[in-house]
Amino acid sequence: MSEPSTSTIPSTRRKTRSAFADLLVVLFCQLILTGNVQAAEEALRQVAVADPYLEMHTGPGRGYPIFHVVDRGENVSIVVQRTDWYLVRTDRGTEGWVNRDQMELTLNPDGETFNVQRATIEDFTNAKWEIGVLAGDFGGANIVSLYGSYSLNPYVSVEAWGSQILGNFSNGWTGSVNVVHEAFPEWRVSPFFTLGAGVIHTEPKSTIVQGEDRTDQIGHVGAGFRVYTARRFVVRAEYKSYVVFTSRDDNEEVEEWKVGFAFFF
Amino acid sequence: MESRFRVLFLITAAGLMTGCAATKNLFGMGPEAAPPPSSEPPGQVIDPQVERQEVKEPAIDREDFEVGGFVGIMSIEDFGTNVVYGARLAYHLTEGFFVEGTAGTTEAGETSFEILSGGAQLLSDSERQLTYYNLNLGYNILPGEGFVGEGRAYNTNLYLIAGLGSTRFAGDDRFTVNFGAGYRFLLTDAIALHIDFRDHLFDIDLFGEEKTAHNLEGHLGITVFF
Repeated sequence: MSEPSTSTIPSTRRKTRSAFADLLVVLFCQLILTGNVQAAEEALRQVAVADPYLEMHTGPGRGYPIFHVVDRGENVSIVVQRTDWYLVRTDRGTEGWVNRDQMELTLNPDGETFNVQRATIEDFTNAKWEIGVLAGDFGGANIVSLYGSYSLNPYVSVEAWGSQILGNFSNGWTGSVNVVHEAFPEWRVSPFFTLGAGVIHTEPKSTIVQGEDRTDQIGHVGAGFRVYTARRFVVRAEYKSYVVFTSRDDNEEVEEWKVGFAFFF
Repeated sequence: MESRFRVLFLITAAGLMTGCAATKNLFGMGPEAAPPPSSEPPGQVIDPQVERQEVKEPAIDREDFEVGGFVGIMSIEDFGTNVVYGARLAYHLTEGFFVEGTAGTTEAGETSFEILSGGAQLLSDSERQLTYYNLNLGYNILPGEGFVGEGRAYNTNLYLIAGLGSTRFAGDDRFTVNFGAGYRFLLTDAIALHIDFRDHLFDIDLFGEEKTAHNLEGHLGITVFF
């Protein structure tokens, strides 16, 4: 890894830098190696072609040409799955990518139809886990948030949030835990209410405002929508009203608007 | 006398008959006794002692994640161009869409003012370090194949990305919007090379008035699907 030609870098930083780069290289090698070893060791799932034929494409995507077909009754092994595509290997060793729509028509060794586990609106209602990214306005500042959600049941879920706040006068971060209630989780546009608490850390920008870094407790209420779009995609928009419990006489109130996307699994 | 013999004869005959009947039973030649009631349903002749085998199917390996690193050059507006390197993690939602997180770091050079003035420094060493992270949504807009020579074809993708994040530079965290395009060249089904060009936009007021700085980055990367 080449070094920038700045002579002002202290030697300690150089060291940590190259160590970081070394770590990256080692990580790569390990990943590649373990990936290969796993592929060699694992037994592969076998399915039998039940449709007149199975079309094998050169790549996992629309438009890749069909270069091989497997006849009815032949077996294929599933090497790997990527999004809606399966890399399959024939008994003769030919490998190609097969779309989920065709895999649905193959049979397991016990004679049952191969289950491709397609995500539907029912999974939108019943899925346990969800991860999402939202961005928006937090009392005039920009906010970028990442959240993870766990559903206790279709109506109630628990969420953990981490956000970075980037404003003109101060920066900071917040972390919070909230409970979300969805009254109509089976609706495609599912409204929800939320209630939570957490902490906020603010660092006033030293060039503009003289002030100290602060960490305060926050509580919030909010409402919003989760919208099921397709597959595992969810669009989410929400409003939250925060109360910052400061050590001063008055508590601060902050309004927040955010929109973003999430996916469930 | 005759009648007395007859009586004796009859008694003997009766005794013999009962004895024979008893012997018949003894040897199992008597009338058929009802078989003991069977617990099994009629028709079940053999009880198979083989248990039904539960077929345990091997799990299918999913490779929707892509992890890797990159090295390239990044131009910081007014601060020259320097080497940038970082890491990338992507999750492929569909054959078209993916979400991606990137983090990178580079070092700012000197502004022309700093060079010409011969010693005045606008930023300290730590403020000169630029680090960023971004959360992006990407779309494989032109999937295809690249041909190397006559006998080799590699899968490729031209993709677009756009997203939000934060950049720490000149002593401040700055809200950053970035967008760009990249070319993914799959050496195998699991290992890919990348060429990426991105523009990072953030507001900076280091020179008195606030402006939006365009910071262009170009990098080469390698990723592994897992």
